[in-house]
Amino acid sequence: MSQQLYLSSSPHVHSGETTPSVMRAVLYSLVPACGVAVYFFGIPALSVLLIATLGCLATEVVCQRLMRQPVTIADGSAAITGVLLALNLPPTSPWWLTLLGAVIAIAVGKQVYGGLGSNPFNPALVARVVLLISFPVQMTTWSAPAPLGSGLDLVTTATPLGEWKNAVMLTGAMPAEMQGSMAGYFLGNMPGCIGEVSALALLLGAGYLFYRRILTWHIPATYVGTVVLLSGAFWLINPAKYPNPVFHLVTGGLVLGAFYMATDMVTTPVSIRGMLIFGVGCGVLTVLIRLFGGYPEGVSFAILLMNAATPLIDRYTKPRTFGTARQGGSV
Amino acid sequence: MTLGREFLKALWQNNAVFRLLLGLCPALAVTTSAENGLGMGLATTFVLVCSNIVVSSLRKVIPAKVRIPSFIVVIASFVTVVQLCMEAYFYDLYKALGIFIPLIVVNCLILGRAEAFASKNRLFPAVVDGVGMGLGFTLALFVLGSVRELFGSGALLGYSVFGPDYQPLLLMILPPGAFIAMGLLLAVMNKFDARHK
Repeated sequence: MSQQLYLSSSPHVHSGETTPSVMRAVLYSLVPACGVAVYFFGIPALSVLLIATLGCLATEVVCQRLMRQPVTIADGSAAITGVLLALNLPPTSPWWLTLLGAVIAIAVGKQVYGGLGSNPFNPALVARVVLLISFPVQMTTWSAPAPLGSGLDLVTTATPLGEWKNAVMLTGAMPAEMQGSMAGYFLGNMPGCIGEVSALALLLGAGYLFYRRILTWHIPATYVGTVVLLSGAFWLINPAKYPNPVFHLVTGGLVLGAFYMATDMVTTPVSIRGMLIFGVGCGVLTVLIRLFGGYPEGVSFAILLMNAATPLIDRYTKPRTFGTARQGGSV
Repeated sequence: MTLGREFLKALWQNNAVFRLLLGLCPALAVTTSAENGLGMGLATTFVLVCSNIVVSSLRKVIPAKVRIPSFIVVIASFVTVVQLCMEAYFYDLYKALGIFIPLIVVNCLILGRAEAFASKNRLFPAVVDGVGMGLGFTLALFVLGSVRELFGSGALLGYSVFGPDYQPLLLMILPPGAFIAMGLLLAVMNKFDARHK
């Protein structure tokens, strides 16, 4: 024992949870999703994962050296940003695109604000949106999955959401027949970003995080619930034009966004009421962008917009301090 | 107060865009290329110098209560001159800058110098201040425009720098790129100043 007498202010009971332990748990929880990605998209997906992660770690070291701050890559936050960024890129991303994304995520998305805990926006999503706006061709070139051992090459095709939006733009109605099935979408057999394809693998990982109590239900449940309710309402109004809520759930980046990106501890509200507002806001924006926006997918924009609203939400949802009067009441 | 020091102060230490953060609307909106930045900067400089001359000359005639409307009338006249000249002689630039040419009227840098400097100083210092502030503004817009053009289209003043294989970072010539480039340039400038203090 180096220190027998420990002097500190409250709280005195500590769960033992530290930044590195939380980050490690999140990394473990992403293993299934990464595994499915490599299974469906093969070596290209693996190389995107590696380049993004190593790129983020390297950028973090360079930034912190330049700013003469202690290098904190061991806490795992940069690695998580790297993995999440890779999961948000198409499997055919060229190496320079991935690397540029990693540099933007850490340098512009995180370190310029002062590093972990100070960034207002989710770094991986910042990078994704910068890349999406800057390189629309590379960022929307999707390929159909070619499971390992099938001997297929990656073939360019549209995502289910893109397929739907295209048809609606051209004919004003749902496509007569989609290329994939709902069950296939759920398992991950659909074109899309590396990490968004398999809702099942992402839910497995999220289950582990729930078990470890790193995730709470508030944001994911309100986010997904809002998407189901709102898209369900549109579907009931006009099922010939709007896809059903299940389609919204299993395609695109909703599960990845709701469980991993919208639950980032740094960039989301801290109070329970704030989290509920945050989730509902993300859900509404996602459905609106998907159904009426210029882009087929709106999860990343929705979360970034709600990130921007987070300080305001926190301000308006301050919980009552214990021992003070309720509004209008007496103590 | 020496004129030389006043000039340098206007150009660098009190740089309109990077120090006073004045005139940000045109600085962010039109700097999609170095050429646009330069054109906007020079047009603003012309208006600034002319309005400084007139405001300084008339400073004893203009009643204090209506000074702001009077300044605006003076500025608007010169902006009209600039706009018509540009339309006649630099039509491409005129089209590129668009609505932001008439908007020079409400550039807070020009009104700010009229109010803070020209209306309180004699003619010659007012001219020096106008030239210094205007060139500082032009320099800032040129630098901002160069950085954005370099990364956003891989060129500088229209000449390709990175070759045909370069994939332009489109974001930089879109509005968010203006804010990001501006913020990073400010950081560089702060760092530079902190080191040379």
